[in-house]
Amino acid sequence: MNLTEKSKFENFKFSKENSFLIDNILKKYPANQLGSAVMPLLDLAMRQCNGWIPEAAMKEVGRLINIPFIKVYEVATFYSMFNLKPIGKYFIQFCTTTPCWLNGSDDLLEACKKYLKIKCGETTEDGLFTLKEVECLGACVNAPMVQINDDYFEDLNKTNLIKLLNDLKNENKVKIGTQIIGRRGAEPFKNMEKNKNA
Amino acid sequence: MIKLKVNNKEVEVPEGATVMQACEAAGEEIPRFCYHERLSIAGNCRMCLVEVEKSPKPVASCAMPVADDMVIKTNTEKVEKARKGVMEFLLINHPLDCPICDQGGECDLQDQSLYFGKSTSRYEDTKRAVEDKNFGPLIKTVMTRCIHCTRCVRFMDEVAGTHELGAINRGEGMEIMAAIEGGITSELSGNIIDLCPVGALTSKPYAFTARSWELNHNNSIDISDAVGSNIRIDEFNGEIKRILPRENDKINQEWLSDKGRFFYDGLSNQRLDKPFYKKSSKLVPCDWSLALKIIVEKLKLTNPDNVAAVSGALTDIETMYTAKEFFKNINVNNIDCRFNLSNIPTSNASDWLFNSGIENIDKIDKLFVIGCDPRREAAVLNSRIRQRWLTGNLDILSLCTPNDLSYKFKSLGDDISSLCNITVQNNIKRFFENSKFPMVILGDSILTSKQGENIHNLVKIICQDLNIIRSDWNGFNVLNKYASRIGGLSVGFVPYDGGMSALNIKNSLKDSKLKILFLIEADDFDVNIKDLKNAFVIYIGHHGDRYAGSSDIVLPTTAFTEKKSLFVNLEGRPQFTKKITSNLGKAVDAWKIFKALDQKISDKIKFNNHSELLKSIFENYPSISNIGNYVAQKWIKTNKKKVLLTSEKNNFNTNNFYQTCSISRSSENMANCVKTILKSKKVKDEFI
Ligand code: SF4
Ligand code: FES
Ligand code: FES
Repeated sequence: MNLTEKSKFENFKFSKENSFLIDNILKKYPANQLGSAVMPLLDLAMRQCNGWIPEAAMKEVGRLINIPFIKVYEVATFYSMFNLKPIGKYFIQFCTTTPCWLNGSDDLLEACKKYLKIKCGETTEDGLFTLKEVECLGACVNAPMVQINDDYFEDLNKTNLIKLLNDLKNENKVKIGTQIIGRRGAEPFKNMEKNKNA
Repeated sequence: MIKLKVNNKEVEVPEGATVMQACEAAGEEIPRFCYHERLSIAGNCRMCLVEVEKSPKPVASCAMPVADDMVIKTNTEKVEKARKGVMEFLLINHPLDCPICDQGGECDLQDQSLYFGKSTSRYEDTKRAVEDKNFGPLIKTVMTRCIHCTRCVRFMDEVAGTHELGAINRGEGMEIMAAIEGGITSELSGNIIDLCPVGALTSKPYAFTARSWELNHNNSIDISDAVGSNIRIDEFNGEIKRILPRENDKINQEWLSDKGRFFYDGLSNQRLDKPFYKKSSKLVPCDWSLALKIIVEKLKLTNPDNVAAVSGALTDIETMYTAKEFFKNINVNNIDCRFNLSNIPTSNASDWLFNSGIENIDKIDKLFVIGCDPRREAAVLNSRIRQRWLTGNLDILSLCTPNDLSYKFKSLGDDISSLCNITVQNNIKRFFENSKFPMVILGDSILTSKQGENIHNLVKIICQDLNIIRSDWNGFNVLNKYASRIGGLSVGFVPYDGGMSALNIKNSLKDSKLKILFLIEADDFDVNIKDLKNAFVIYIGHHGDRYAGSSDIVLPTTAFTEKKSLFVNLEGRPQFTKKITSNLGKAVDAWKIFKALDQKISDKIKFNNHSELLKSIFENYPSISNIGNYVAQKWIKTNKKKVLLTSEKNNFNTNNFYQTCSISRSSENMANCVKTILKSKKVKDEFI
C-alpha cells in the first residue's frame, strides 16, 4: 500500500452510495438500538476499502451508530470474516473441513501455495492473491471448493484450480460455481453421465 | 414473592431474583468469578453452576431467574463435579505463579481452587501466553493470568462510563485490551484492580512492596475530595502501603477515585518535620518554643485588624475550631475557610450542603447540574449519577459544565447569565414539571465568580419557585470539592463582625495593608506568591508545597493518616480519620499549635486534649456530632431579590483531576498520571 492510499484510509468516510445504503439499514433498527447495525456497516466499510477494515473505518462506524470504538473493534476482531489487514485483489478462502478434506483439499492447498509462492495468510508480491484457510463454507456437495471474493468455485482438481488462478491473473473470464464441465449445480454425477448420453 | 427450595430448605425471594440470590438467601455460598452485585450479569465463567430439578444439565445460577417451586441443589456430587471441571478448565491456561503474584492471599482463584481445584494437572500441552497491556501508571497487567470474566470491561462501561476496555478476538485468542495505548483515563480506573478476581490487574505503585497477609488494616476516610469515601488504609512497618475503598452504600458504594487510592505516596514526599523561621531571608530550623515566641511577640505588636487567617483544603475541624477560638480571643475577625475565594453563603447549613444526600441520587428523576465538573470534582458521586441514568427515566440538564460527564444531558450553554433569560427559565420550569424527585446540583466552582452570591440566591429562588424543596424532599444541592470546606463552614471558620473574607484578605495583602497572615494548610489559597512578601506569613501545614518556602515561620503538622481528626463530607456527614502512622519528626496536630498560642496570649481555651476538644465542638455544633450520619438541615427561605446576572462564560473544563491538594501535588503517582494520562486523553477524545 503506498502512502496516498494509506492516508485515504486514515480519513475514512463512507461513499455516497454506501451512505444511502446505510440510511436504509439504520431504518430497520429502533433509534436507541442502532448499535445492532454494526455488522452490516462493517461489511460495507470492508467492501469500500478493498476487502479490509482500517481503524478509521471502525471509528466512523461507531460514530454513525453511537457506540464506542472499542465495541466496534470487539465485533470486528471476533468474526474471522472481517479482515483487519489489507488483502490482495483476489481473496482466496480455501475450505479444508472434513468433506473437502476427504476429497483432497490438502493436496490442492499445497498446489495452490506452490503456484502462488505464498503461505496461508500471505499476499502475493504483485498484490493479486491472498490465501486463507477456512472452515466449511456450506458447499460440501461440490467439494473441494474455494471462495474467491464473493464467488464460489467448486469441484476443484489440480488442473482446473491452476487454470482458474491463471485466468484470474490474466483477467480472463472465469466460470463461477462448479468447474466440471457438464455438471449442473450440485446434481449427482450419475445424472451427469445420463445427460451426456441423452 | 417466589417460593422455592434450596437444598430442601424453603426460601422466599422477590420476583426477578436469580437462583444465586435464592441460594444466598438460604445461606449457601456459591463460588463465582464473573458475577458482581454492582455490575451487569455476564454469565461467562460458569463457576456458579448448581443443579436445578428437571434441568438435565447444571445451570449458571448467577444468570438464571428464579421460578415458583424450583428445587435447587448446591451440594450434590454432580454440582461438585461440574465446579471441579470448570476450575480445571480455568487453570489450564493460568500460569499458577501465585508466589510472585501480588494478588496472592486475596485471590478468588486461589481461594476457590482450594476447594474445587485438582492437586495435579492433567494438561500436557503448552499453555497460552498473552502479551501484557499498557494500562497506564496506576494499573499493572499480567494478562496471562486473566480468566476473561470481563468484570473490568463491564466496570468501564457501566460505572466509569468511559468504554475504554474491550475483549478482543475470541476463543483461545481472547484478550482484554484498552482502546488506546498509553493508559486508562477514567478517574475511577483503580477500581478494576479490586474487581479483577485474579492477579491480572494489580496496583502498579504497590507492586511487590508487601504481601497482603502482612498488612495491618485501618478504617479511615478519604479526604482527596468532599465525598468522604470510606477507605481502608493498609500499613506495614510504619509505612502506608495502599488504600482501598471500604463498602458504604450511603456514600461510595464500593468505589474510590484514583486520587484517593493512589495519592498516598505524597505522604512521604516533601514533608515538613521541624519548625523553621526566617533568618536573614533564609528559612532555618528552630525549636517550637522559639517559633511560638516569635509569633506571640509579632501578634502582640500588631493591630488585630491587620491579622488574618485562611485555612486550606485538608484542614480538619479540630484545627479550624481551635483556631477560631484563638482568633476570637485576640479579636481577629479576618478568618476564612473559603481559600478558593468562593462566595458561598455562610450562615445557613442548607445553603452549602448536598441536601438530598448522595444515597438519594438513586431515586431522582430530573437533574439540573450548574457550574461544576462533577466527574472530576466528585468522581464517585458522578458515577452514581451515571448508574442512575443508565437505569432510565432520568433527564439531565446542564449549564456551565464540561461536556464529558459520562452521561447524556441537554446543555443550556456555558454562560451563567442565561439563567435570567425568560425562555431558559420557562424551559427549566417545563423540565421540572411533574418531577417527583427533582435535583439541582450547584457547583462551588461557579460560586467563586464575583457574582457568586447572586448566582447562589437565584438558584435558590428557582428551587423554591419550582417546588424542588418540599417538606419531604430537598432537591437543592451544593457540590463542594474540598474535604475541609463543610467542616469549616459548619464550625464557622468564616469572617464575622465585619471581618475580611478570603478575597478581601487577598486584596489587603496585595495592598500591603495586611501585617500577619496565617496560612493553615492553605496552599491552594488563590494569591500571587509574590504578595506574600508584603506580610509576616506563618505557614502551618504538613507539606513544603507552594507557600511554605515564602513564609516567615513554618510550623509542621500531622497529615490525615497521622491523627484522629474530624471531617464532614458534602452531605454534612461527620466522619473520623484514623491515626495510623506516628508523627513525623517534631510535627504536631495543628489544633495544638493554636491551643499553645492561646495559652501564651489570652489563655481562655478550656479544653486540654482531643476528647475535651471534641466535646466542646459537639456541644456547640450538635448537628455534626452524630458520627457517620447526617441530619437533614432545615431549609431557610431566601428573601433576597433576584439580581440580574451579567454574562460570564465558563465550563470548568480545564481541571487537573489528579493534583488538587498538597498531598496529591507531592505524589509521584499523581505526577505520572498527569504526564501520561492527560496526554492520552487527547487521543482518547477522538477515539471514544
Ligand atoms: S483482567 Fe481481570 S477483571 Fe478483567 S477480564 Fe481478566 S480476570 Fe476479569
Ligand atoms: S467442507 Fe468444504 S464446503 Fe463444507
Ligand atoms: S458467576 Fe455465574 S457464570 Fe460466572
